[in-house]
Amino acid sequence: MSVKSEHGTAIGSAGVSTEKKLVSGAMSVDLAKEGQRAVQAPLGQALLTAADRDDRIVGLSADLAKYTDLHVFRDAFPDRFYQIGMAEQALLGAAAGLAMEGFVPFASTYSVFATRRAYDWLALDIAEPNLNVNMVCALPGLTTGYGPSHQATEDIAILRGLPNLTIVDPCDATDIMQAVPQLIAHDGPTYTRILRGRVPQVLDEYGYEFELGKAKLIRDGADVLIISSGLMTENALEAAKVLQQDGVDVAVLHSPTLKPFDSEMVLKEVARDRLILTAENHTVIGGLFDSVAHELALEGVTKQVTPIGLPDEFLDAGALPTLYDRYGLSVAKIVETVRGRM
Amino acid sequence: MTTEFRHTTISPERIVRVREAAFRIRQNALVEAEVQGQGYIGQALGFSDVLAALYADQLNLDPTDPEWEGRDRCLLSIGHYALAIYAALVEAKFFPQEELKTYATDGSRFPMSAMSTYTPGVEISGGSLGHGLPIANGMAMGLKRKNSTATVYNLLSDGELGEGSTWEAAAVAAHHELSNIIAIVDFNDQQADGKSTTMLSMEPITEKWESFGWETRRCDGNDVEAVLANLIELRELEAPRPRVLIVNTRLGKGVDFLEKREKLHFMRVAEEEWSLAQKQLHNSFADESAETDELREKERSTTEDGGRA
Ligand SMILES: Cc1ncc(C[n+]2csc(CCOP(=O)(O)OP(=O)(O)O)c2C)c(N)n1
Ligand SMILES: [Mg+2]
Repeated sequence: MSVKSEHGTAIGSAGVSTEKKLVSGAMSVDLAKEGQRAVQAPLGQALLTAADRDDRIVGLSADLAKYTDLHVFRDAFPDRFYQIGMAEQALLGAAAGLAMEGFVPFASTYSVFATRRAYDWLALDIAEPNLNVNMVCALPGLTTGYGPSHQATEDIAILRGLPNLTIVDPCDATDIMQAVPQLIAHDGPTYTRILRGRVPQVLDEYGYEFELGKAKLIRDGADVLIISSGLMTENALEAAKVLQQDGVDVAVLHSPTLKPFDSEMVLKEVARDRLILTAENHTVIGGLFDSVAHELALEGVTKQVTPIGLPDEFLDAGALPTLYDRYGLSVAKIVETVRGRM
Repeated sequence: MTTEFRHTTISPERIVRVREAAFRIRQNALVEAEVQGQGYIGQALGFSDVLAALYADQLNLDPTDPEWEGRDRCLLSIGHYALAIYAALVEAKFFPQEELKTYATDGSRFPMSAMSTYTPGVEISGGSLGHGLPIANGMAMGLKRKNSTATVYNLLSDGELGEGSTWEAAAVAAHHELSNIIAIVDFNDQQADGKSTTMLSMEPITEKWESFGWETRRCDGNDVEAVLANLIELRELEAPRPRVLIVNTRLGKGVDFLEKREKLHFMRVAEEEWSLAQKQLHNSFADESAETDELREKERSTTEDGGRA
């Protein structure tokens, strides 16, 4: 048992300072900033609309309905909701069974528990038989300062190697609400990294529409191309506005579907002569950056790509703003990284 | 409320000492929780009596050497009870009192979820539930191989009874006769989505553990005497079986308005309520102490009378 050196080991050597420090937020903090346009529980709302029309839809959770916005569905359709208790393997097993009987289950837990604990069930009971099970999982990547047990920094790396599975990393409420009917219509398993609570609404302003399997150019720019997914698209768009003031013209290509990956669109945008970066709320191993590199290698395109993403480390516990800065995901740090590469 | 015990008589002084420790652990927990304004405060208050029985009585530990080879291993499978364990470790002199105020702040040794990588005295990194008992098995095996007399305690929750890993480990412990394990299940009838019994009931819990081959006890987890007596008995028992104590606890115990408030997994307390919380805690401890004094007085007079008769 070794204790992280920076936290000290000796008893009584606390070095307690009086200066006010940032505090780790609650388990599930609202991502929307004060005054920002936002939607409350977009997943729950979209599911209600869909479930009204389609009685194949059922919901299940492993003691986290309230923390994944599935409680909205539970409260509206109590007899179509199954509380599994804190048992993630039993959750995904039951979702598989329901799908085998012709229902369309939405199963929710945190990303870490679906991918780490219940992976075998996800792989063999859901993905292999190619069932229409939709896993909607909260706390993707770094969205809590709670520490490694709840930070799903490598969920996409775990899942990308699974045949049949569709992986979605939405940016905002627009993405989530438009994705739900497409997840239902898609006849196969899906894993979506949901954002819950008050979720920012960003992309509708750009005339954007979510299309499963498609990357979309949110804004064009002549100097830099950032390929992004998840909440990093919002940060990339903010960074682009800042860089615009310096006369740096940044394009943002949003690729919310990580598998199947929209290689055509990515290759088309990469072909233009610009500085290329990827931005993802995930370890730089096995996620968006690797997906882009993979497509470039297959096509024989030799271009340098700079990854913005989480380091190959177990992350610290702490306040989210501190951690976003520490690991280079904040708007300010994106701006810094782009400037550093110019 | 006192249970009858075959092997144990506990002196009133010992009970009072543990009760006082429980009171200070509750005070500590409130100090920490106030830093964040919210958190797993209901659990900490509910579980303080058990933690006091452990950290002020049962555990062999050395606060100046948290990794002392001869120590009892106390695993916090319930990593989200972090503020409770820090409160107990401060009571056990592992940390200075002032450090409580660093709870959940950047760079603190007291993160929101208890992790061995951050905090001396914390044996495992919890947070993902259902890990404690499997690890306890390995430690208990290792200690037996080393001919150690140390005991492995594993603190788990009613929610963790949902995890398959808990029951896999329960079977392993019984098969391998890991008699040096004492598991403590905090039955507070609460989980993230609601009341354990209505959400997904695991009753009958006692019978489940018994049928898995465990020496099983259940008692009121806010009755210090009952908790102590059971822990002593389970430790002293000569049986080739792992042991489990299921404790029924009350969320928010000791702070009247929190005991009465809607029971929640994650409680929010308004800024102006913290001083009231400390005040109510004082009052309930004063009431409890008065009761103890009365009892002791009665006990003394009856034994005196008995002596004369
Ligand atoms: C494997 C796992 N699944 C889900 C969670 C999320 N979670 C944290 S606490 C909790 C409730 C578990 O029940 P219990 O420990 O009895 O809750 P409490 O008494 O603290 O309310 C859940 C589901 C987790 N930490 N680990
Ligand atoms: Mg509980």
